[in-house]
Amino acid sequence: MSSPVIELDNVTKVYPLPSGDVTALREISLTIDEGEFVAIMGPSGSGKSTLLNQIGCLDRPTSGNLFLAGKNIREMDDRELTSLRLSSLGYIFQKFNLIPLLTAYENVEYPYIMKHRKNDDTGRVRDLLALVGIDESLSAHKPNELSGGQQQRIAIARALVNDPAILLCDEPTGNLDSQTGAQIMEVLSDLHRKGRTIIMVTHESEIAAYAERTIVIRDGRVA
Amino acid sequence: MIGKDIILALSMRSVRLHFLRSVLAALGIVIGVVAIASIGMMGANMTLSVTEELSDMANKLTVTPYTGGGGGMMMGGGGGRVVVGSGSSSDDDDDVIDDDQFRDIERIVAKYGTAYTVRSESDRIEVGSETGRATIYGLDADIMREILTVEEGEYPKSTTSVVVGPTLAERLGLKIGSKIEIGDPDEGSTTTVRVVGILEERGMSMDLSTDMAIIGSDKLFTGIYGGEGEYDQVNVVVNDLNEIDTVKTAIEDGLNRKEDEVTVQDSSRMMESITSTLSTMTTFVMAIAGISLLVAAVSIFNVMMMSVNERVREIGILRSIGTQRTEILRMFIYEATILGLVGAVIGAVASLIIGYVVVLGMVGTAEYFFAPGSIVYVPMAMAVGAAICIVTGVYPAWRASNLDPIEALRAE
Repeated sequence: MSSPVIELDNVTKVYPLPSGDVTALREISLTIDEGEFVAIMGPSGSGKSTLLNQIGCLDRPTSGNLFLAGKNIREMDDRELTSLRLSSLGYIFQKFNLIPLLTAYENVEYPYIMKHRKNDDTGRVRDLLALVGIDESLSAHKPNELSGGQQQRIAIARALVNDPAILLCDEPTGNLDSQTGAQIMEVLSDLHRKGRTIIMVTHESEIAAYAERTIVIRDGRVA
Repeated sequence: MIGKDIILALSMRSVRLHFLRSVLAALGIVIGVVAIASIGMMGANMTLSVTEELSDMANKLTVTPYTGGGGGMMMGGGGGRVVVGSGSSSDDDDDVIDDDQFRDIERIVAKYGTAYTVRSESDRIEVGSETGRATIYGLDADIMREILTVEEGEYPKSTTSVVVGPTLAERLGLKIGSKIEIGDPDEGSTTTVRVVGILEERGMSMDLSTDMAIIGSDKLFTGIYGGEGEYDQVNVVVNDLNEIDTVKTAIEDGLNRKEDEVTVQDSSRMMESITSTLSTMTTFVMAIAGISLLVAAVSIFNVMMMSVNERVREIGILRSIGTQRTEILRMFIYEATILGLVGAVIGAVASLIIGYVVVLGMVGTAEYFFAPGSIVYVPMAMAVGAAICIVTGVYPAWRASNLDPIEALRAE
């Protein structure tokens, strides 16, 4: 039995708006164990992205507690949350979100430099790029010179560079054709087989099928 | 390979990506730095060259009748001429130096140098059909040979011959042999004199200002204006520069025993007032030049805000993958600093070139250009330019660092 890496305890998120408060998440409680591959599904506006933002430490719950590897993120300040994002979390976005000013190699190296304050001299960046299928000739290119599939592969390599406890994917195949999407899902499944904890938001059931467990969110609640 | 400081690398790449925009923003700083540095250097060079010119007469003192210009007469005429008890009282109170006083001065300065008398009057003059005003000096013939240099012609030998200053000669078209009519025909008789020599340019001076003057013998002067045994000024030439204060004090002690009768001035006072006027002017003009830096600051601000707004999404990415606020702040401050430094360095090089030309043109000599007091304006203007850039970059950088990562990621 593996230990829970994420624990949500009555998490509620309220966005105060001038036209009235919007409750995006209502008292959600769930646990995700180490090594799990979880898909979060739900129609748009259901709160699944808000949930991912809470787990991803980009936002803090209005009430309730969220434990990440045993630490309560509601008690953390911006600096601590940022450090946590750098070291313990890896993000894969729908729009790839690579840094346009950096080459493919540098994009992957960036979180490494931010964490270790030095260039990667262990060969980890090169190995990760090879792992996701980006060869050395491509790694010198800027993101806008690469295809969507290539960009998403680089994004996966970037997410893995600091060996995070959790990989968070927000519609990772949403901007890709189905064939490329399937290839990306193969990469993620492979990572899961090697023991990585993956949480993925999607609205496509065939993508969700890659996961072991599916959590459906509706109106801010676990359905 | 990217350096250890990836944040700095990102800033540099951003500047390079928007090269034209960055160049234009830096150009504002270049212009501002050049303006401040060249004006500063011009002022410094003017001051230095005037000081040098004035130090030629550092060994001279002028003794003039006391006119109440000192501290004791603040309630009275201020700096104006106060003629006390003309006619009724003794000559000592009049606004001239008399023979007795001159002999006293001569006696006092005898072991330090020489003293000579100067008579002067401003009067209407007429040359041909042109009229104007000029200072008429009356000097002893021997003294004239000693202190004045004739560039063309000779020294006056008779009571009807004079020498004139070069500026006056040029303005009125005077040549050797020209006739000048001194005096106002409406107020009495006039005297006609003949020009026998034109003096060398003497420049600004405290003892005698001959460039715009007519200089004749004592006899000529008293012949026109009277005043036998009365002088407007006594000039003292001290042999040893170090004794100037001793001589000054000795004259003051000797003549102003009972009451203030004469004012003794050395060139330091004049030098002070000229350099302080120059420095006030320079500061004022530099402040105007500073406005160009203000304009540059606005353009840097604009470029920085554009850079932040264009990169909102990128900031969101950087924040979400674990970049601290302070590092985002640093990234944009770096960007502003790069613009400022590039502008300041180009501005410094340009101001050395432009400043040199300006100084050469306005001051007439670049001999003091590399003097510390002048060249210091280059690093000073650089520092001001770069500092303005960095300060201007603070607000955009602060805005960037305070963006909400989720909101920023949503931006297109």
